[in-house]
Amino acid sequence: MVIYGVALLAGCMMAGLVIGDLLGEMLNIDSNLGGVGIAMLLLIFITGVLKDRGKMADSTASGINFWNAMYIPIVVAMAASQNVVAAFSGGMVALVAGVLAVVLGLALVPLLTGKRPESALEDDPLAGETRYTPTRTSVTTGAPVLDRNRHASSTPAHKH
Amino acid sequence: MIDSLVHLFDKYHLVAAFAVIGLAMYVAYWISNNLTRGKLHGSAIAIILGLVLAYVGGATTGGSKGLSDVTLFSGLGLMGGGMLRDLAIIATAYGVNLKEIRQTGFRGVVALFVGVLISFVAGGGVAIAFGYTDPVDITTIGAGAVTYIVGPVTGATLGASSEVVALSIAAGLVKSILTMVATPMTARLIGLDNPRSAMIFGGLIGTTSGVAAGLAATDARLVPYGAMTATFYTGLGILLAPTVLFLAVRAVM
Repeated sequence: MVIYGVALLAGCMMAGLVIGDLLGEMLNIDSNLGGVGIAMLLLIFITGVLKDRGKMADSTASGINFWNAMYIPIVVAMAASQNVVAAFSGGMVALVAGVLAVVLGLALVPLLTGKRPESALEDDPLAGETRYTPTRTSVTTGAPVLDRNRHASSTPAHKH
Repeated sequence: MIDSLVHLFDKYHLVAAFAVIGLAMYVAYWISNNLTRGKLHGSAIAIILGLVLAYVGGATTGGSKGLSDVTLFSGLGLMGGGMLRDLAIIATAYGVNLKEIRQTGFRGVVALFVGVLISFVAGGGVAIAFGYTDPVDITTIGAGAVTYIVGPVTGATLGASSEVVALSIAAGLVKSILTMVATPMTARLIGLDNPRSAMIFGGLIGTTSGVAAGLAATDARLVPYGAMTATFYTGLGILLAPTVLFLAVRAVM
């Protein structure tokens, strides 16, 4: 059932957030330390085990894939609810500080990545789009096509 | 008539937001395909469109939540809020290559520390350049350049003035918004086209909303890798800024 997938996703999220909260409390900081990241690892691990045992039904997967496919629209809604006015009216100190932080961060990416891995995803500006289409259709049809498709397209890219 | 329409949109705000965002996505992908011939991602256009609308919304209402302060679009706040955003981010992890994460794990941790440090130094350096001399002020503005959450938390811990706290939030917002726009534009230049560099990018930039949107606009397949490291960034910033980094600033000034 689709709800199994959604519940699994939600369960991983809550478990991750609880662990993140406990970590934050342990270190005496007023914040959740990596709860989302922990939840991601939990989801990867649990779905991996379920898949290996053949217990991952297509409908279950579609409950997760629906939210996966909703990611970009949600991010657009997030962008539309940012305090852009405050960012622009913060004065020069805020503007320069923010810009400098981004420029330095971006500049350091190639430095820390080191030797460019030959596993670069192939250079097709619309690759993400075309590949995500099956994900979206599968939500309605529950077709298993999507998963194989996604793996088939991403496996060569990730291989070392 | 208009009143009851607005009331309806307000009452069913989340559903209305789905419809509005769907429409915005359609317009954005239409522009991408027809006006830029697919050169600029539809998602990148959609995010820029969202930011422009957020500016318009904020400027007209004087609120702090962009377009979602307009009653007609109040559902955008819930749809784009932390809860659903995090749920969707976690969902992107489904189908991720675990081997890639294990291989880049150490570099990702290094990127996290370097990222927090470099942003803090950038923000603090700018504060000094603009004439701030109080270590508390410098630390708070530097923390704001880490993320717009680290700034106010640090400011509150150290007892900074509300003026400086507001400044630190603004610095963090500039960083986040610029990341959304600049990432797809510079992706090719900095080699942001594989899981490893995405993880390092997430660790270096860290601001969750910026990383989430920037990677979505670059290549949606990279999102889980960048989000994975970025999720530790704010926590690390809150851990370091009011403690070690503040002591360092006080020692230097």
